[in-house]
Amino acid sequence: MQITLNGESVSTAALSLREMIIEQGFEPDTVIAEVNFELIKRERWQQHLLREGDTVELLSFVGGG
Amino acid sequence: MTETMQAADDALLLGGVRFSSRLFTGTGKFASRDLIAPMLAASGSELITVALRRVDPKAGAQDILRYIPASARVLPNTSGARTAEEAVRIARIAREAGCGEFIKIEVISDMKYLLPDNAETLRATEILAKEGFIVLPYMMPDITVTKQFHDAGAAAVMPLGSPIGSNRGLEMKAMIKRIIEASRLPVVVDAGIGKPSQAAEAMELGADAVLVNTAIATSSDPVMAGKAFALAVQAGRLARLAQLAGEKEYAEASSPLTGFLRS
Repeated sequence: MQITLNGESVSTAALSLREMIIEQGFEPDTVIAEVNFELIKRERWQQHLLREGDTVELLSFVGGG
Repeated sequence: MTETMQAADDALLLGGVRFSSRLFTGTGKFASRDLIAPMLAASGSELITVALRRVDPKAGAQDILRYIPASARVLPNTSGARTAEEAVRIARIAREAGCGEFIKIEVISDMKYLLPDNAETLRATEILAKEGFIVLPYMMPDITVTKQFHDAGAAAVMPLGSPIGSNRGLEMKAMIKRIIEASRLPVVVDAGIGKPSQAAEAMELGADAVLVNTAIATSSDPVMAGKAFALAVQAGRLARLAQLAGEKEYAEASSPLTGFLRS
């Protein structure tokens, strides 16, 4: 299925948010996940199923002033 | 009361939280993130900014929070936001992600000068203050807007000294002075402070705190620079509390002008 991940169209075979995060090479312990503008807590990633056309943002706190 | 006691009792209250250090710091631009904890220890800074960004999986783990000791409070900023709505979205994510209630609103629409958009920043402040955030808006120094931030529920105002990362000091000095006079909110001078003497100058003017990132992080020794800024902030604060006498046009002898030994 196609999703939009961090602004880019991505093809994924993953069913859950957690599987997709690992499939796409992200470090699950350090990212914050937002699906369709809603923050999904880490403990819900496995049960959160992705749908065609979802907009996913994977974010992290970085250095800033 | 000794100066030491005075300084110890002179805590800053922001959103109901007590800060004994009036130096706020940032996590941007450090050559090594491992320098952040020793910089915080050396400077005594208790509030430190972070930013929120999309993760690049190729860049490896990026979570800056693991480099900030639990003793410091995290102040997420909304950098990257160009509108109030984008700032509100970042603030909500930061709070949901466990960063607490503090938020530095930074709305910038121009990438050359990096100057804040006061109108959008004010809109974001109104929304987020209603949602219970402790809102610290980064702002263009303006007295009218300072009053509007107060009415919108901000916990402080953060006027810039000069453009972000410019190390040019208090280019906005005249306006900052008026804001300090007129503001009912704490005033935190943010951005552009490049030297401890400039931080001391802001505190002497009556600023309640300063926020320094670039000058500390890009020095050759951020730990020592953090300490230098902390001492300058303390010196400036004590000078303010001591109510120094004003300037005079002409000399005024410090030694008596009578009883000279004349030959």
